[in-house]
Amino acid sequence: MIRVTVIFFARARDLAGTEKAVFELSPDATTSLMMQVLVDRYPALRELQDHLRLAVNRSYAAGTAALRDGDEVAVIPPVSGG
Amino acid sequence: MKQPAPDHTGPDAPSGRDLSTQEVARYSRHLVLPEVAMEGQKRLKAARVLLIGAGGLGSPLGLYLAAAGVGHLGIVDFDVVELSNLQRQVLHGTRDLGRKKTASASDRLRDMNPEIEITTYEAQVTSANALDLIRPYDIVIDGTDNFPTRYLVNDACVLLGKPNVYGSIFRFHGQVSVFSPPAGPCYRCLYPEPPPPESVPSCAEAGVLGVLPGVIGSLQATEAIKLILGKGDPLIGRLLLYDALEMQFREVKIHRDPHCPVCGESPSITKLIDYEEFCAGPAKARATAGMPAEITVEELKARLDRGDDVDILDVRNAEEWILCHIDGATLIPLTELPARFKELDAGREIVVHCKTGVRSAKAMTLLLGAGFRNVKVLRGGITAWAQKIDRTLSGY
Repeated sequence: MIRVTVIFFARARDLAGTEKAVFELSPDATTSLMMQVLVDRYPALRELQDHLRLAVNRSYAAGTAALRDGDEVAVIPPVSGG
Repeated sequence: MKQPAPDHTGPDAPSGRDLSTQEVARYSRHLVLPEVAMEGQKRLKAARVLLIGAGGLGSPLGLYLAAAGVGHLGIVDFDVVELSNLQRQVLHGTRDLGRKKTASASDRLRDMNPEIEITTYEAQVTSANALDLIRPYDIVIDGTDNFPTRYLVNDACVLLGKPNVYGSIFRFHGQVSVFSPPAGPCYRCLYPEPPPPESVPSCAEAGVLGVLPGVIGSLQATEAIKLILGKGDPLIGRLLLYDALEMQFREVKIHRDPHCPVCGESPSITKLIDYEEFCAGPAKARATAGMPAEITVEELKARLDRGDDVDILDVRNAEEWILCHIDGATLIPLTELPARFKELDAGREIVVHCKTGVRSAKAMTLLLGAGFRNVKVLRGGITAWAQKIDRTLSGY
């Protein structure tokens, strides 16, 4: 298993109800699986699921990317306030 | 809508770019900085910056850009000053309650720096006026407070090739970047389409720390000044995230999306669209279209068995497609759809589906916005199809 730390930003933090969480995933885990695991654990995230962006180790992950042990995943929703 | 008449205040057009004795004294702390100096200060004086929004972000932006000597400052806003604004909108005062924000901002900034020219536009930015508003300026600063205007400002800046200094805030969090394709991504490379209106509350609904727009707007002002000076490393290709509670800044590298519908290799958006409708969500799109928008799995099966001419569009992602799909369907994941409209035949009937119906409703909004008229959503998605029509398919 690999351990991945997830950090939630803005609205995603409200919906998840936490700022940070650690997940144990199978070694072949990807960002797509990560998103599925996140909405399973925090169903409130589902309403924003298609609009959340994941950054792995501070780099925006487009499409599906492999995750490795010790990775940090930031969950970044769109924000509109001004 | 006709172009709003600009209201010019400030001195007549400067006869040259040399600084007066007064200006040398005013900007002396800049002039002794090697990175600014006389050349940089003249660049600031010659610069034209359009500030969209004179609210939370617009307050520090207006104050610092005016103080720095940005020679031509345009300010767009249609709102009036309310008491609940004053917790964070430091450009306005109690005496300005009920006044137009453009008038209040103009007075305050003229007092701050009478050497600069300020042009106010008392208007809402719309698809009809955005290009004319932005065209005369070198740099645009997005200090707006809603998704429709953010997408509009982004698209207009991309179409005109203007850098867009972006900032946004939510409760204790802020985001800052500089969108400047082709050097880096645009806003749509990050977020191709807006979230449903009800899923992201506004500052009025969710609250916002009063000093937060002060921090984020000041960062935007810093970036705008650096762009004008041509100094330092701009936030192009980097999204800066600020968390006031943790007091942490994080930087995320962001990349251009070759499939971006506005700045990508084959853009589908080549002129401004209706952004209110684009951001309103599927319910409004259905009401606008005024046609039956759904088809049941039984109806679809019967029509396919009859040999009807129907294209099935699957907007799930590739991983889900591998788990199960309807024979004969075409896969275009929702996130890629805006860049791949050309692969679809607008003359044929399209039935769009996802897993249960959320993404297909969004896809329909996009398709209707792109001019497709004969579009239906498969009620219950492939989950209903697997339960009622083809039980050999694996649910997931």
